Amino acid sequence: MSDVTVEAMEGKVVTNQLPTGAIVGESPLHHSDLASIAEKGPQQGGVHFHERKLKGLLTLRCTPSVEQLSLIESLLGVALPMQPLTSVTADAISVRWMSPDEWLIIVDGEQAFELETRFQEKFSGHYALVNISGGTTIFEVSGSHVVDMLKKSTPVDLHASEFPVGKVVSTVFAKSGATICRLADEKFELVVRRSFADYLWLWIQDASREYGLVVKA
Amino acid sequence: MFHIYCPHCCEYREEEEFHASGQAHIPRPLDPDACTDKEWGEFMYFRANPRGIHHELWVHGAGCRKYFNITRNTHTYEILEVYKVGEKPSVVANEAK
Ligand SMILES: [Zn+2]
Repeated sequence: MSDVTVEAMEGKVVTNQLPTGAIVGESPLHHSDLASIAEKGPQQGGVHFHERKLKGLLTLRCTPSVEQLSLIESLLGVALPMQPLTSVTADAISVRWMSPDEWLIIVDGEQAFELETRFQEKFSGHYALVNISGGTTIFEVSGSHVVDMLKKSTPVDLHASEFPVGKVVSTVFAKSGATICRLADEKFELVVRRSFADYLWLWIQDASREYGLVVKA
Repeated sequence: MFHIYCPHCCEYREEEEFHASGQAHIPRPLDPDACTDKEWGEFMYFRANPRGIHHELWVHGAGCRKYFNITRNTHTYEILEVYKVGEKPSVVANEAK
């Protein structure tokens, strides 16, 4: 028999996933040098591509009580979108409904650790908050032919009557997956897996060829 | 195009986003250690394979990743209803045959 007693651990460990010092974080499209393409590549076209790289992404899972809901709102600064397929987009923070008990929180890369720490300090009950920044990246696609490009890539109905601004869906995208949010009539956000980012970037280049692709820094 | 209604996303989505996970309403024995080999074997491996109305567990794998139930006619492929796990189906096979 061991005389060691196991205690329920009260402290929650939060690790800052951002590299410090001389180590520079690289987006999964680092090798593509999008900045140079943006500068030297075509400046006009029907599809515009921009990588919102190195953002802070947190997955929140819980079935919030009324008290938890108001606490979440005070911690995030915005209310959780409770209706299926809805989202909140503010200046400093975006929240995407992912499933009835799951939300994706997007902040600036440096803010993820701070928000995570604050959340773990103040929040209690049955929940999980996980930093998934390292496994994802965000593409922003826009332009007069962006819907045509997306139609080649996903079976989701993108007509404005079915897919209004603010709607968010997780779906199949070019044999991979993406969480698609409509930010404006002709502007969409794609949250994609880091390991699929290069493949999807190649796919988007191919799907955009007939409309002309413009890379935005 | 074949669309399936997800009761969690509350809309129809393309079949490609879903995956069938076999027969629904299979309760796990409360005390597995008390099961006979026959009882445990039937829970683990034996599934109904009806021609006609069947209750199936599906998952919205590429979407919200939630499980839900579908009552489906295995003969015509018609989906007769979709309902959440924990709910009872309103369409059931006529047992008197
Ligand atoms: Zn769903």
